[in-house]
This record gives sequence, C-alpha cells and structure tokens, in this order.
Amino acid sequence: MADAVSHADAGELLLDIRNLKIEATVYPPGEDPRQVTIVDGVSLKLHKGKVLGLIGESGAGKSTIGLSSMGYGRGGVKITGGEVILNGRDILKGGMSGLRKLRGREVCYVAQSAAAAFNPSHRLMDQVVEAALRHGTATRKEAERRAVELFRKLSLPNPETIGRRYPHQVSGGQLQRVMTAMALCSEPDLIVFDEPTTALDVTTQIDVLAAIKDAIRDTGVAALYITHDLAVVAQVADEIMVLRHGKLVEWGKTRQIIKEPRQEYTNALVSVHEIEHQEKPPRDTPILSVKNVTAAYGGSDVKVLKDVSVDIYAGQTLAVVGESGSGKSTLARAITGLLPPENGTIEFAGRKLSARLDDRKRDDLRELQMIYQMADVAMNPRQTVGTIIGRPLEFYFNMRGRERDARVAELLDKIEMGKGFVDRYPAELSGGQKQRVCIARALAAKPKLIICDEVTSALDPLVANGILNLLLELQSEEDVAYLFITHDLATVKSIADSIAVMYQGTVVRYGPKSKVLEPPFDDYTDLLLRSVPEMEIGWLEKAIEGRRMESAGN
Amino acid sequence: MSPIVKLVAQRIALGVLLLFAVSVLIFAGTQILPGDVAQSILGQSATPEALANLRQELGLNDPAIVRYFNWLGGVLTGDLGTALTTRQEITATLGPRLWNTLFLAFWAAIVSVPLAILLGLLAVRYRNGPIDKAISGFALASTSFPEFFIGYLLVFFFAVKLQWLPPISTVYDGMPFLDKLRAIVLPATALVLVVLAHMMRMTRAAILNVMQSAYIETAELKGLSALDIIRRHAFPNAIAPIVNVVMLNLAFLVVGVVVVEVIFVYPGMGQYLVDHVAKRDVPVVQAVGLVFAAVYISLNIIADIAAILANPRLRHPK
Repeated sequence: MADAVSHADAGELLLDIRNLKIEATVYPPGEDPRQVTIVDGVSLKLHKGKVLGLIGESGAGKSTIGLSSMGYGRGGVKITGGEVILNGRDILKGGMSGLRKLRGREVCYVAQSAAAAFNPSHRLMDQVVEAALRHGTATRKEAERRAVELFRKLSLPNPETIGRRYPHQVSGGQLQRVMTAMALCSEPDLIVFDEPTTALDVTTQIDVLAAIKDAIRDTGVAALYITHDLAVVAQVADEIMVLRHGKLVEWGKTRQIIKEPRQEYTNALVSVHEIEHQEKPPRDTPILSVKNVTAAYGGSDVKVLKDVSVDIYAGQTLAVVGESGSGKSTLARAITGLLPPENGTIEFAGRKLSARLDDRKRDDLRELQMIYQMADVAMNPRQTVGTIIGRPLEFYFNMRGRERDARVAELLDKIEMGKGFVDRYPAELSGGQKQRVCIARALAAKPKLIICDEVTSALDPLVANGILNLLLELQSEEDVAYLFITHDLATVKSIADSIAVMYQGTVVRYGPKSKVLEPPFDDYTDLLLRSVPEMEIGWLEKAIEGRRMESAGN
Repeated sequence: MSPIVKLVAQRIALGVLLLFAVSVLIFAGTQILPGDVAQSILGQSATPEALANLRQELGLNDPAIVRYFNWLGGVLTGDLGTALTTRQEITATLGPRLWNTLFLAFWAAIVSVPLAILLGLLAVRYRNGPIDKAISGFALASTSFPEFFIGYLLVFFFAVKLQWLPPISTVYDGMPFLDKLRAIVLPATALVLVVLAHMMRMTRAAILNVMQSAYIETAELKGLSALDIIRRHAFPNAIAPIVNVVMLNLAFLVVGVVVVEVIFVYPGMGQYLVDHVAKRDVPVVQAVGLVFAAVYISLNIIADIAAILANPRLRHPK
C-alpha cells in the first residue's frame, strides 16, 4: 500500500520511519501488568515542506507515532523496535542528550489543549522563545522579534504586546495560535500538530486552521497533522495515512483517500453518517416550558442568559446550538436549578419548578436527568457499573436486592451492553461504553426529560453515531424528551425536532428543525453552518471567503 | 480595588480577629484553672486579711469580663502585666527571651528551608532512584528520633567527645555575634534535623504532583534538561503548598522549641514558659501563650498571602 504513493517528485527526504513498534505496560485492575502493542510495524516517509495527515479513531496510535518523531513516549510508552530516521540519522540511537538536542529545534510539537500545554505561571513570550534560547539558535532579542512576526502572521490581536500576557488572559483559539507560533519560533524542520483544533469551537477552528495552513506554506516547514477529523485534515495535508489499532490501513494522496478510498475502513470513515431523522411536529402542551428566563452569576451585571424562552415536547428533542460562552450550558444549569434565574419561570410537566435546586421535590429531581460530555468524570471510578446504575433505583424507587439487579440487567440490555458488564469498573470501559452507562443511569430514574450536554463531543465519529442512534431508539421506546446541547451542527441535523440557536446569552433563532435550517439565514446561523468542515479540498478557503461575520473566539 | 488587595486585606483582618478569639480563650482557660492566685503567692499559712488585701490589690475581685478588658488593654499598649512570682514586668523579661528564640529560629530556618527545598528538588530529579531513597531515608530517620535524643547525641559527640562546641548554649547581652552563632550551632542543628524531613517530603510531593501536568510535557518536548524543567516549570506552580508547609515548620521553630531550649539551657521563650508553668504564674503563661499564638497566626497569614501572590490568575486578572 505504501508503495502506491509515488515519491519521485517529492524532494528531499526529512523523516523516514521504518517498521516502528511501540509498546506500553498496562496495569489492569486486579490483574498482573502486561505489555500491549500500541503501534505495530508502521512505516512512513515525509519530505521537506510536506504535510502528512495521520488519521484514525482513538487508540489508533496516531499521537504515539507523531511523538516518536521526537523520540518521546507518553506515560509508560516505549519505542521497542524500528528506526526513526530524521535528517539522515536514526534518532533512537543518539541517547537522551541527542533527543534533547533535536526536541524544540528540529522537531516541535503543538498539543491539542494549548490551555493545558502552557505553563500558567510564565508569560507567553517567555514560553514562546524558550526553545530557541535553550538551543542557542537566536538571541533573546531576535527570538522575540521573530515571535512578534509570527503572532502577526497568525493574525493574533495586538501582536506587539500579546506576549506579555499570561495564558489565562487569552482565549482558547488565540492560545492555540500562540502555541503554533511557539513551535515555529525555533524554525524547526518538522512540526507535529496533535489535534490542534479539536478542542475549539467550529467557528474558531476555521480561523486557527487557516492560520496554521498559511504558516506552513510561508515557512516551508513540514508537518505531521494528527486528527480524527478527515474533513479537517483534507484542508491541510498533501498525503493522508489512515491508521487503526496501531496498524497502517491506507496511505495515499489526500484526493485519493477522500475521493477513492481503497480500503473498507477508510470508506467507513469517509462516508457521511448522517442519521435520517424525521422531524416530529410539536404536540399540544410542552413537557418543559422556559419562559423569559434571565440569569447572571453571583449577582453580576453581566447577564449570561437574556430573556430566553423555549419549549420542549414529550418524546422530542430540542437542540441548543452555539459557540462556547453562548449560554447553552448555562441554560441547562438554570433548568436543573444549579443557577436560579433572576427572572422568568420554568414549567415542567404541568407544574412550576422552584428556582433553587434545594427547594425542589424528589420527583422534580427524578424526572429531570442529565448526561455529561465527560462520561469518565461523571462516574465514581471505585464503583462498578452495576452499583452506578443501581444507585438511582435504590434512591428513587427503594429497589433492593434481586429486584434491583433484574432492573439493572434490563437497563444494560437497553444500552446494548450485555450482562458481562455488571461487575466492571469505569476504567475498564471504552469511551462509548462509559457514555452508555451514563445513559442507563439517567434512564434508571424513569425521567421525562434528559439534558444531554455535549454527550458525543468527546467521542470518535463512528462511536458518537452509535450513541445518537441509541438515544433516538430509547426516545421512541420511553417517550423521553431531550434537551440536546451541542456545538456540532451535523449532530443537530441527526437528532433534533426543534432547534434553538444561542448567541451571547440570547436565542437568536428558534423553531422546528426544517424552518431553522432553511434559508434565508441570519448572519450568526450562517456562520455556524459555514464553519462545519466539509470533506472537500478547498472548502476552507471558500468558507472563509463566504463569511458575513467574524467568529467570537477571534 | 484589585482583587488581590481585597484578598490580602481579608486574610489580615481574619488573622486579627482570630488573635482576639485566641486571647479570649487564653484568658478563659487560665480562669478555669483551679487554685487561688493570692493563696499560691502567700502560701498556706497566710491570714485571711492578707489574702483579701492581695486580692484587692491584684483586682481579683472584679468580674472576669472587666479583668479581661484590663488585661487586653494592657497587652495592646505593650504591658503584659507583672509576673506573680518574681514581681517583675513581664514585657521587660520576655522581650530579650523572645529575641533569643527568634534568633535561634531564624538561623535554623536559614539552613533548613533552602536545604529542604533543594533536597526535595533533587529527590524529584532522581525520583525512585537510590539518591531519592537516600534523601528520604535520612530525612525520615532524623524526624523519627525525638528531638531530646538528637540533642543529647549532638552534645555527646560534638561537645563531650570532640569538644568542638559548648554543651550549653549560653548567650548574653553584648556577646560578640560570632560567639553567639557558635553557641547556637548545636540547638540549631537539632531543630534543622527535626523540621527538615517534613518540608523536604512535602516539596517532593508538591512538585511530583505538578510534574503530571501537560505543560511539563511541553517543556520536555522543547528539549529542556530535567533539572531546568523542575526548576523553571514545576517549582513555580508548586509554591503554594510548599510555602504552607514551610510556614508550619517555621511556626514550630518558634513555638515548639521548648524541649531543645531546655536541653541546651538556652535562655529563650521555651525555658521561660516551662519555669513559670511549674510555678503557676498565670500572667506569664497568658503572655507567652499570646505571643506564641501571634507568631503562629502571622506565619500562617504570610503563607496564605504567598499562596495568593503565587497564583498568576489572581496576580494578573483578565
């Protein structure tokens, strides 16, 4: 397969990974530690100034391969076989001091979460120039001048002064661009981009992506671009390598991979998995009715929700979409009573809900459940699946012993996780399985409404699809309503009956799905729709051209 | 007002309030103690008239609340009262002794704090290796020995056998500075050995905790050396917990030196307190208790403030 790509015209070879094998020691609970193979016999070639996209689901080994180009293994990960030839030498033979010399100089790294990857106690400029100073490639003055130039190239606001700020003083999208500047500052030959836009809003992602693309073109640096999003990588990569379970699936030119995939798995990744969801018409009375709700944090003058009114009908889904900071999750907090609104009322199942959580009756709590984005932190790691799902049964219905166990088994069946999972701990489950357990826990309370807060955002596309299908199935069985919070418009199309678009605390567009997604659009909805990456070469430039307003993260 | 000024002002106000609460407790506590002060001064054979006169003179017949505010008023104007047994002004006696205790604590701190942090950094650098284990082992062993045992060991080897240093730490007014230093080498060493392990272990734990952060990986991928990563990237983010444990140990150096002072017959607060507790000299016990509380509370406020200042989010708000 690798031979399918012709390298004859590609120019000088920069990185040549041969037969890479990477292993890690894992410590499963209650078992002896054992070796697992993370990457098995992968080879790749990258020429100067080219961009290779590494794509696959979580666990495919893409980050691990990317980091191997710097001789780095995260956690207990060790490179146990193969060669990593960079600029003509095998870096695995150079020892620790050899690796230190190339890290931050020949190869630089851009992490997924810039917010976590910047040291909170140092100013941005100090961190941006640090590698260049450490390797003596520039004096402080030269490095700072270059950094300011890069800030400007990456269209950061106030390029002259932004370096004096601390990481917490700039937005996530800006921080991601500063991180790119940090990687470019020591003029490396290769940059490893590890999901650099995954944690950003779609509207911000588009700007960061464009900035990264321009910077790569202008500096002539080569790049390994790691992501699980084919549509994103199609915008920047010359070639794409598809990985699965640590093995190579397919490697080819970007156009070939997205237009004529040769492997079945690549085809599955490429094809659009839109779920056909027939919109249901509103019923007579809503199950939940939010009326003119206004809310602020801690009596502040800044209102995070402004006069918000939405209705949700039994057995239907209202999707709430918007960028981070638009008030989507705050609306959920107001409905659950975590943030009592200053004004407005919330009616639920025909009764008025108390504003404060503490004043609510047990049935109010039971009938209104939540599922979260991070399934693993929403579960007690020391409880088994059975205990986690059984807890609401004990708490709300006083079920004990065999009765409870039977109901737990029934719920596990519903989420398509057979009996074998009852005694497992969350750490032994995959991301999708964890989210399923959270769904079962919510269902155990027999709720009328479930608030789903970005429940598929942290999952791989294929897994997320499974979760959406499950949610839809459960909705038709149990007649439960969903308030579905998301920033992903593709998800909205698959699941919603009605949609509320939020912007800076207000609902700017609201109605049945077909109406909301039908032109003419307001500027903000237009921006959201245009920002959803499409698997088209050249989509990025077209999308930026067509925008009528700037994204908030800029 | 910037949030940081507000936070600092809050901490200081809270500290003052706490100190007042402690003064009430100290006063109440000494009132509950059984026995009659007049009786204990004059002895069993005193006549009822003499006792009554003395009570009148000492103001013991006033209600407790009046006596508390008289005492507090004195404290605030720098008058800690008169010692019952010696009839001396407490402020005048206590002043030089407090100074001696602070002198000893200061030198113990100057040695132990940087040493503990340095050893902590080294333990992280060579974590789980022989150097880490040797440092931890030595520090834990020195803490596990009671301080009087360490004190006598030091006296035995350095004063009795080798005769390098005096076994008794006599200091007096007008004593040359270097002689003073020489006199406190042994008690200061004993104190260092007592507090070292706690600070070192906490430094190690706090830094190791920070070493899990993603920005440590960033630093590693810039090609920085292990020690640079710990020093420049991990340590600044571990300052808050480290300062806390350092302050706790500094407080111990001032208020917990009783045993060491007694061993080396050092004229500090500890000696003074022990002497007067034995004699049931309530005003002295109150005064020393209050000074100890003040030291303890101020050091903790300093730790709190340092933790606030170490947080860039508070220092540089958006």
